[in-house]
Amino acid sequence: MTNNPPNVYLPDMATIVEVVQETPAIKTFRVVLNSEERMRAFHFEPGQVGQLSVLGVGESTFVINSPPTRKEFLQFSVMKVGELTGHLHKLKAGDQIGVRAPLGNHFPYASMKGKNIVFIGGGIGMAPLRTLLLFMLDNRADYGDITLLYGARSPRDMAFGYEVEEWLQRNDMRTVLTVDNGTPEWQHKVGLIPNVLKEINPGPENTVAVTCGPPIMIKFTVQALQELGFDDEQVVTTLEKRMKCGVGICGRCNIGTSYVCKDGPVYTLAQLKQLPAEM
Amino acid sequence: MTTARFLKARDIAPWLEELSTAYTVLAPARHGDTVVFRDFNPANGIDMEHLSATPAKKALLPPCETLFEYKTTKTEEPPYKTAIELHPTLPEGKVLVFGARPCDARAMQIFDRVYDGNQARDPYYTARRNNATIVTLACDHQEETCFCDRVGGSPVDATGSDVLLTPLKAGYVAEALTDKGETLLNSTTFMKADGLKQEALNARHKMLEQVPDRSSFLDMERNLLSLFSDLGFWDKTAQACLSCGACTYLCPTCYCFNITDESHGDSGKRIRTWDNCMSSQFTLEGSGHNPRPTKAHRMRNRIGHKFSYYPQLHDKTLACVGCGRCISNCPVSFDIRNAVACAIQQADAAREHAHD
Ligand SMILES: Cc1cc2nc3c(=O)[nH]c(=O)nc-3n(C[C@H](O)[C@H](O)[C@H](O)COP(=O)(O)OP(=O)(O)OC[C@H]3O[C@@H](n4cnc5c(N)ncnc54)[C@H](O)[C@@H]3O)c2cc1C
Ligand code: SF4
Ligand code: SF4
Ligand code: FES
Repeated sequence: MTNNPPNVYLPDMATIVEVVQETPAIKTFRVVLNSEERMRAFHFEPGQVGQLSVLGVGESTFVINSPPTRKEFLQFSVMKVGELTGHLHKLKAGDQIGVRAPLGNHFPYASMKGKNIVFIGGGIGMAPLRTLLLFMLDNRADYGDITLLYGARSPRDMAFGYEVEEWLQRNDMRTVLTVDNGTPEWQHKVGLIPNVLKEINPGPENTVAVTCGPPIMIKFTVQALQELGFDDEQVVTTLEKRMKCGVGICGRCNIGTSYVCKDGPVYTLAQLKQLPAEM
Repeated sequence: MTTARFLKARDIAPWLEELSTAYTVLAPARHGDTVVFRDFNPANGIDMEHLSATPAKKALLPPCETLFEYKTTKTEEPPYKTAIELHPTLPEGKVLVFGARPCDARAMQIFDRVYDGNQARDPYYTARRNNATIVTLACDHQEETCFCDRVGGSPVDATGSDVLLTPLKAGYVAEALTDKGETLLNSTTFMKADGLKQEALNARHKMLEQVPDRSSFLDMERNLLSLFSDLGFWDKTAQACLSCGACTYLCPTCYCFNITDESHGDSGKRIRTWDNCMSSQFTLEGSGHNPRPTKAHRMRNRIGHKFSYYPQLHDKTLACVGCGRCISNCPVSFDIRNAVACAIQQADAAREHAHD
């Protein structure tokens, strides 16, 4: 037993430097840790998450969706669904926020080198994918073809609009957008993500599919990928679980022997199949 | 080491009173009709006969504790800036658990692997643990609901204890097992008793002879695993369960907690409280999705955690010490032993079927 372990429950206080309204329900917060030294030493990997605190309200889990290759701030995009996220949405630039990060594992980007990558993001599930996508674009030569399929309920529910435009223009990646409900101005696809995925028909050869979104979308996307010939090792997903401690102690986030807060949130389908079906 | 001393039954209270100056002493005492662990107070007496209804886990993990306090201040001039200061409140002071049972002491080691393991360390737990001394009372009988012998323990097991007390006629032989225990036995309340070591050993042997010969629940983590996909089995198992969670609050090995904030104007605190996986809200996500929507899912997790997940992660040690508190206190008499035995049977049958 050590005498003075670091206090894993104590957040770093941080300052919000910018708030971006992404969609009616999603705001992006760019934050900088108050301690310059802690900010400089802060190291994380694409896919890792953090617990954000509004003191007096509580904590919730969000992906650090800026890539480690861009470190002037840490970015979190938050969809308003309840109490804590509601309070977060009231915060402005200059306000204080608590950050416990980085937590969890990360995308296996090293073993993805040299492969084609298919990103399939639904709604706020685009946030973790954004981290990895930007990381890969910053290390473009390491990866093969990059395809992004991003879906949202309606055009105004698409987050990261400023970047989506840029992604559409790039000739070193393919970007396909879809919405469940189109509008007259909507230039892209209308249809559920799994159906559009089958339409684009990416080949499984030397390819990894990375998907994140609501549980129901993940379920049908995984089925579609299997129909397309992807095997369990070629499908990577990130899971959402209600979390408290974030460090594998409080016992809230387990699926069998695996604790999503420390062994996840990133899993291959092969790993998930070893665990009880509690997605 | 292993100094032995003799403690006369009537000297217990004075001894604990003496210790109360240096320690917070928890001891089993009556509270109405039940025996529970409570702060020692001579007026409440001590109950050395019955297994307490509540375990001693609060010595290491209180039902509610403050992790830190915070204070918000605003600058007086515009633009109003807010600053927030955090003050962690690490526990101080020594705790003595008197009259823990062998199952209680072993249960604390089940906590240790999680809270003071190789990965994350919980500083609040570690502080309490380093300052805790456990005086265990060997059992002289097993209740009908006891089954420590089936999960790797025994009614006279000293694992995890600093001192082991063995009841003899007029009192207790106290044997020190650690340095902390040695220090305790220095008290002048005790009589020298190295000669009684053998008698204590004999008494414990006699107790062990009374333990019925019955099948063990060890080495079954794979068996259970084979049942995980059979939700029908868990549905049947959990049918009567009310999801009240009493079993987990009274269990010495259940350690899940919640973290919430309490605010009072500009200041407040972050607290943690016991929580339990039998409640439907435990895994309810912000989106409204619940990965453990039914009692069957939750029962599978509770039993799975104790008899399969934890042993797989921690050297095959079960996360159940067989104290039987969940059985004797369940409003619908759910018996975890039956559930586990059924699971073994079912898995064995399935395996034989596969071999046919
Ligand atoms: C690894 C991981 C990464 C994540 N990344 C992101 C991300 O990048 N961006 C993002 O926006 N989200 C992300 N999430 C999800 C996010 O953590 C949740 O949406 C957030 O915690 C909800 O917090 P809340 O306090 O506002 O919701 P809560 O107030 O707790 O609940 C929201 C809703 O849930 C239901 N609910 C919850 N508790 C109860 C209760 N006790 N009784 C009844 N109903 C209840 C209700 O419908 C309620 O309106 C992530 C989650 C995980 C696990
Ligand atoms: S005490 Fe009994 S009824 Fe209550 S949750 Fe436990 S098993 Fe279910
Ligand atoms: S599961 Fe039941 S018998 Fe086992 S340690 Fe917990 S309360 Fe005791
Ligand atoms: S959030 Fe506490 S164990 Fe994962």
